[in-house]
Amino acid sequence: MSARLPNRPGEDAIASKGWLPAHKWLLLRRVSQLGILALFMLSPWLAAWIGNGKQPGSALTDPALTNTGSLAGFQPEAALSSVSTAASTDSLWIIKGNLSSSLILDVVPLTDPYIFLQVLATGFLPAATAIIGALIVMVFYLLVGGRVFCSWVCPVNMLTDAAAWLRRRLNIKANHALPANTRYWFLGGTFIAAALTGTLAMEWINPVSITHRGLFFGMGAGLWILVAVFLYDLLVASRGWCGHLCPMGAFYSLLGKTALLRVAAPRRDACDDCMDCFAVCPEPQVIRPALKKMGQDSPVILDSRCTNCGRCIDVCSKQVFRLTHRFDQRSSS
Amino acid sequence: MSTDKPAEQSRPEKPKTSPGRRKFLSGMAGAAGCGCLMALGVGVYSHQASALAALALRPPGALPEAEFLAACTRCGLCVRDCPPGILKLAAPGDPVPTGTPYFTARTGPCEMCPDIPCIRNCPTGALDPKLEDINEARMGLAVLIDQETCIAFLGLRCEICHNVCPVSAEKTTADGQVERIKAITLEKRHNPRSDKHAMLLPTVHSDLCTGCGLCEKACILAESAIRVLPPALAQGRIGEHYLKGWEEKEKHGGSLIGPQQEFEVRGLEGRAYGDTRVYDGPPPRLDDLADPPDPEFFNGPAPGSEP
Repeated sequence: MSARLPNRPGEDAIASKGWLPAHKWLLLRRVSQLGILALFMLSPWLAAWIGNGKQPGSALTDPALTNTGSLAGFQPEAALSSVSTAASTDSLWIIKGNLSSSLILDVVPLTDPYIFLQVLATGFLPAATAIIGALIVMVFYLLVGGRVFCSWVCPVNMLTDAAAWLRRRLNIKANHALPANTRYWFLGGTFIAAALTGTLAMEWINPVSITHRGLFFGMGAGLWILVAVFLYDLLVASRGWCGHLCPMGAFYSLLGKTALLRVAAPRRDACDDCMDCFAVCPEPQVIRPALKKMGQDSPVILDSRCTNCGRCIDVCSKQVFRLTHRFDQRSSS
Repeated sequence: MSTDKPAEQSRPEKPKTSPGRRKFLSGMAGAAGCGCLMALGVGVYSHQASALAALALRPPGALPEAEFLAACTRCGLCVRDCPPGILKLAAPGDPVPTGTPYFTARTGPCEMCPDIPCIRNCPTGALDPKLEDINEARMGLAVLIDQETCIAFLGLRCEICHNVCPVSAEKTTADGQVERIKAITLEKRHNPRSDKHAMLLPTVHSDLCTGCGLCEKACILAESAIRVLPPALAQGRIGEHYLKGWEEKEKHGGSLIGPQQEFEVRGLEGRAYGDTRVYDGPPPRLDDLADPPDPEFFNGPAPGSEP
């Protein structure tokens, strides 16, 4: 199937719309993904900058993260002064923690609902902060679409998008993808594993949390997990991780079953079957029902595996797609 | 292009009925198999990699390790809130369960901030918010693990582990006085090698030590002679059936086995039976003691009295 897909999708769109409009949603997503990373990263940088009165060399390696000084000969005064410095730098955190749990401006707690449910699966009842945090995140994704996490927040998405891009460019056709439903079984299995081992078993290898945590707290051998995901997506299976295996994506897809925000194909009669949208779509099977009226009349992409990434809107030279709400039935045909 | 079909459908059709159902079932079985296999791998791996290296210590207030691994979301808020910045989140490959917070006493001990900021923002309670006094924290237990190299045991005066110990606890001495002591005290012993000097030996009090690790960090040796270990590694445990006779006697208020035959012991004449304590100077006569021990304490109730 991939053989028939264009390996440079979007060229028609660039020609007819211009480069920028043909990359609008892609750029917005990158801004979102990098912006979220920046918010987590900016805070230690700012804290160090203002706290030390000088610019740190690197937000990743420096300040607030490294040991402040020698402890040989413990001095209570030194300890107390470092405590008060920390108190004054506390307010500079826009968001701290990582995607597993975080705190916005020292007030609003956020907890990843998938990780929260793993905690529950172990039999541990977490404190109220985690429950509130998980509810906030859950309500957000219930509204905007579960897999908005995947395409707008998750840092691994940039890696797998890169693998998919390279795969098209190198015209790699070998595709040994596991069944696309594997992720749901895997998802269920991770909860059972958590229950049986009494730990958040998946968090030992979860590339999503390992990446995000690693960027701020040290990657270690986690780098090799990312290399493995990249190579698997590039050489073994097209969209192999995000589209077939990732239990986090599976979880968010279930969460987004009834999401309000959706991509639709209102101008589907203008489609000239160029296949560009299928070539760029990370979940190509979701487009057909809406675009070709396969089993549904609505022009809205209702499949919860759609990540609302909007790349189909970008690459379509006929402006078939648009981002809209679930109940938008406007259609040219 | 509109005739494009998935590769599976272009296979020659089999004459049997319901190929769609068969395809669905075999696809589902494949997905189930793969998914469960991966989850199994994850479970086995995480179970095997759950061990915590002996020198990795959890932040103050951490729940017992098994519970901690269930509760901790690996978010790093404690790391962010640690003023001296000694906490780390374990990266894959570290000898600590991935993503969980720990510190290493020798390189960065806990400075025991009085307000315990690392606990404040823990979302799940993996770091127990009920810990309000840092002196009640039990991150580990310092053990003077090598008396062969500790220079105090070589007869030199070092005392650095005692000096840096941040614990200051009230303790009632034998004569009723309240004094403040550290979790590491120096105990005076005769130095048998020189036979004329004293040795001041660092001694950890397990009921006071928080396991902060400042002593391990401060030890002047190339490899520290004092180390903070998880309590389970550092301490023994008496079997539940074991009773200490003297404690039972105290609880009971006297001998549990009734009056005992007294035998005069040469040199202990005049002292209550069983009182073999060593006194500075000549042992006081029973009659001379301001507060003589109750004879019944040692001998049980006198014959004929009410039980």
